[in-house]
Amino acid sequence: MALSMLAQESGSVTSEQIEHLHRRFKQLSQDQLTIRKENFDSIPDLEFNPIRGKIVHAFFDKRNLRQESDGLAEEINFEDFLTIMSYFRPIEMNMDEEQLDRFRKEKLKFLFHMYDSDHDGKITLQEYRNVVEELLSGNPHLEKESARSIADGAMMEAASICVGQMGPDQVYEGITFEDFLKMWQGIDIETKMHVRFLNVDTIAHCY
Amino acid sequence: MRPVSGVALLLGLMALPAALGQRSSESHKNSNESFAIVSFKWDHVKEPYIIALWILVASLAKIVFHLSHKVTRVVPESALLIVLGLFLGGIVWAADHLASFSLTPTVFFFYLLPPIVLDAGYFMPNRLFFGNLGSILLYAVIGTVWNAATTGLSLYGVYLTGIMGELHSGLLDFLLFGSLIAAVDPVAVLAVFEEVHVNEVLFIIVFGESLLNDAVTVVLYNVFDSFVAIGETNVTGIECLKGIVSFFVVSLGGTLVGIIFAFLLSLVSRFTKHVRIIEPGFVFIISYLSYLTAEMLSLSAILAITFCGICCQKYVKANISEQSSTTVRYTMKMLASGAETIIFMFLGISAVDPEIWTWNTAFILLTLVFISVYRVIGVVIQTWILNRYRTVQLEIIDQVVMSYGGLRGAVAFALVALLDGNKVKDRKLFVSTTIIVVFFTVIFQGLTIKPLVQWLKVKKTEHREPKLNEKLHGRAFDHILSAIEDISGQIGHHYLRDKWSNFDRKYLRKILMRRSAQKSRDQILNVFHELNLKDAISYVAEGERRGSLAFIRSPSTDNMVNVDFSTPLPSAVESSVSYLLREKAGPVCLDMQALEQRRKSIRDTEDTLAHHTLQQYLYKPRQEHKHLYSRHEIMHSEDDKQDKEIFHRTMRKRLESFKSTKLGINHSKKLNKIHKRDRGQKRRNSSVIPNGNIPPENPVQDFALKEKDLEFSESEENNDYETLHLGKGVDFLANVTKQNFTDAPAGDMDHDVEMTEYSSSDDQLNQNGSVSVNPLHFFPSCLQMPWTQNYSSLENRGNISLSAVSEYIASCDPNVPDLFWESGTDMKNKETVNSGYCSEVSFKSENSQEENTLLMFEGLEDSYMKEPQEKKMLLDIEGNYRSAAARRVQSRRSFHRPKPLHHPKLQKLASLPASCHVPPHSLEQEETQL
Repeated sequence: MALSMLAQESGSVTSEQIEHLHRRFKQLSQDQLTIRKENFDSIPDLEFNPIRGKIVHAFFDKRNLRQESDGLAEEINFEDFLTIMSYFRPIEMNMDEEQLDRFRKEKLKFLFHMYDSDHDGKITLQEYRNVVEELLSGNPHLEKESARSIADGAMMEAASICVGQMGPDQVYEGITFEDFLKMWQGIDIETKMHVRFLNVDTIAHCY
Repeated sequence: MRPVSGVALLLGLMALPAALGQRSSESHKNSNESFAIVSFKWDHVKEPYIIALWILVASLAKIVFHLSHKVTRVVPESALLIVLGLFLGGIVWAADHLASFSLTPTVFFFYLLPPIVLDAGYFMPNRLFFGNLGSILLYAVIGTVWNAATTGLSLYGVYLTGIMGELHSGLLDFLLFGSLIAAVDPVAVLAVFEEVHVNEVLFIIVFGESLLNDAVTVVLYNVFDSFVAIGETNVTGIECLKGIVSFFVVSLGGTLVGIIFAFLLSLVSRFTKHVRIIEPGFVFIISYLSYLTAEMLSLSAILAITFCGICCQKYVKANISEQSSTTVRYTMKMLASGAETIIFMFLGISAVDPEIWTWNTAFILLTLVFISVYRVIGVVIQTWILNRYRTVQLEIIDQVVMSYGGLRGAVAFALVALLDGNKVKDRKLFVSTTIIVVFFTVIFQGLTIKPLVQWLKVKKTEHREPKLNEKLHGRAFDHILSAIEDISGQIGHHYLRDKWSNFDRKYLRKILMRRSAQKSRDQILNVFHELNLKDAISYVAEGERRGSLAFIRSPSTDNMVNVDFSTPLPSAVESSVSYLLREKAGPVCLDMQALEQRRKSIRDTEDTLAHHTLQQYLYKPRQEHKHLYSRHEIMHSEDDKQDKEIFHRTMRKRLESFKSTKLGINHSKKLNKIHKRDRGQKRRNSSVIPNGNIPPENPVQDFALKEKDLEFSESEENNDYETLHLGKGVDFLANVTKQNFTDAPAGDMDHDVEMTEYSSSDDQLNQNGSVSVNPLHFFPSCLQMPWTQNYSSLENRGNISLSAVSEYIASCDPNVPDLFWESGTDMKNKETVNSGYCSEVSFKSENSQEENTLLMFEGLEDSYMKEPQEKKMLLDIEGNYRSAAARRVQSRRSFHRPKPLHHPKLQKLASLPASCHVPPHSLEQEETQL
């Protein structure tokens, strides 16, 4: 019952897929009702992901969980898990313009929250640098310094996109969500940010 | 225009052998009598000569086509070449009634096809290709089999009804014909799609299909060919089974051969450090070997060389030097496009041969109808299946283009020409039908596909500048998606890609890439690099526009430069070289060559441009030109280092200014720090060189020091930077003491000459060095009386103040040129000065008016830089200098905060009599010790 309701809520995730995800959820949580951060450690493939911390974090970010409150959740239940997953559903053919726009914004919001680690609605230079450093941490030959300068360069680019010509005294504090939207203009994230939830047997894959 | 030149060329071509023949016979006679000093041996050179001439004709034809944009915009080049071929073939045939030239399968498969396919593989957008591999494979395998089977069977069915009259062919012959006509041709597809800029997914699907269907074609062709040979009755189920097995062997084997050779090639390229000059050769030779090896093992040669290119590109590009990579790129493009040109021209020429023609209206027309119809049906069915699995759906419009883009080409022609006339009775008919089909698809469909694409409003690729943010987000995206797949327990694209890149990073790169390459090989870094290049170029373009690079160091332009690098600077920019080159980068097109060209043009031109211009302006003097000839090496000394320096500098500069605006850095605090640091440095230095001044009597040592300074560690450079940018005045101050290194922009002078010049000018300059600091000492007092007042007074009082100005110019004179490379070369004496003058920074930064005037002087001084070298020249150029200065002033105006009052006066200053600008050398001798 609950599952089918969820299916309606989270759009295109079909009940079949939800069952699959539910199995996966139980697997991760070791048959508990909620998942904690530590549970994600049991996924071996995640280990090599340079930004795994950020991603796992996003699962517990209350902003992503469509709760009014802010901050971090200690643990999430299946419903929350599904909410996060539904950010990654593909677009549907029958969506109209408005829906598409909302859909797009939702996805971008998720990304934005991942960057904005201090929840102040702005991606500051420091936050950006952290992300870039993590991203490039996979390359052992790359010095921190160059990661930083890349982040700086990116920030400047963002500033020039969002603010345009800056006066000498103007201070660009960080990328707001509006700026973030601007930066993504013209890139069809809708078609990129999705994972196809196929019914792959996951049991073997987990260990 | 075109026919005329064609005729002229051809007549020349035809006349040549005759004339030569005559003469050679004459000379032969002579040689009987005595030793001939000059003799013509036409027969001796005949074959290569004719080949070379044909290539020349084809290339010239290409030039001629592109003289008229109207024609090439409407008609694809391949169609033009075929028509030209027909025309030339007609003339040749009319001349000697002998079709002496035709496209033979050997030449085609051994020499013309490999470069085209290698080019396609080597520049394949891998991510796109592997992202759509499933779809491509389906179209390539199932689609081709479908086309071959349906076309062959339908033709046979129609044949049975008797419409075609009496033929000597059985079912197998028809299937054989079907299999060779079924395959979409990579050469034709490339040639046409290159000019139709459809979106990249569509392109990669059609193009990928045309490349990968080779295995199917080869297998089908071989299978049916042997079936025809052994006779219809002997074909059993086992033979069919063998055919299916051989398909897997041929395709997978070909791919494997390609991968093995790619591995070899990557490995070899890792160790070519000391044989840079033959480095590009390996790429071609080893890829070609992969092709031949596959051919030898009767595997799919096209697949082999394609995958060789696809797999090696990443490692080879990382391993070989920038120069070699450019060479590879250009050579590959040249070979590919040359081969393509020749193929199409010879397709036309080959058609002019009455020997091969047999007309059978029903057969030919029905073939055309069937291949088109079945292509459409096949595409629709396969797309319907694919769309159930694809996330990016292929829409109806895409399907139309895909069906319509199914061009047949030279591969089909070469295959049909390979048929054995004894075994296949209707060979002639097949050949003529193939020619008609090829001509129809290339000319008719090639002509109409462009309007069709426009009419259907097919989504085209939009060109976007590479953005750092985009790349970063893209990277983050990949990680996020693969993580989500991991978490949700899926095995998908992202999962596989993630695993592959891990494997690649852990093992492959370590084996196949140089250490240095492993380091720098990161896409994000590449974009960063590219952007940096672009910045450097826009700086240079701006410098060109103003006639001086002095502005680079002027803090006041920072805001302007910071704004937006993508918008071309207004007005005079158009004339600058870099602008032109950048323009050429143009809008993106989707096809491989153009895609590559774009990337190349951005990277390359910018690369070379940044190089050239910067070198020209900045680095020449330091470079020691070795006019040595070496077959094994090309000298390129310090280029890399210089590049790095420049990027570093521009980037850092931007960042600094950005940070200071953005974060509101506390200037004074940092200054203090630097102050201290500089002091430390000074202490160290002072032990070596007292007073930071290099003894004037030893200019050679000066040189050595400079070289050494180049090697300074980055951190020190940083300090420098900060010093330079924190206080706007500091940099000026810093410049002042650097005259030791004032290098006159030397042209292609001999090194020796330069040295002597240096020594003489160094002497002078070292003395000036201290002089020129002088005005800075006075600055505080000057501030009280703004420079503009000087100008107005200058205007009024004429001579007296004029001389004052020239004095000033003279005293400042030597400093300016240093501007450019000073940050890279960490100057010891500069540091000492810095420490001394840091305290004065504040007053300077307030005064932005001065910058204006100073810049003006810099402009003037800039030109004077040539002075010590070419004293004679000075007078001639004088006039130019003046106007250049005036221009500079004017152009400045647009970038600065409006100061309407000052400009007219500045301009007047600029238009002062030439004599005023000549620095009186006597004044320079004045000396003040620090």
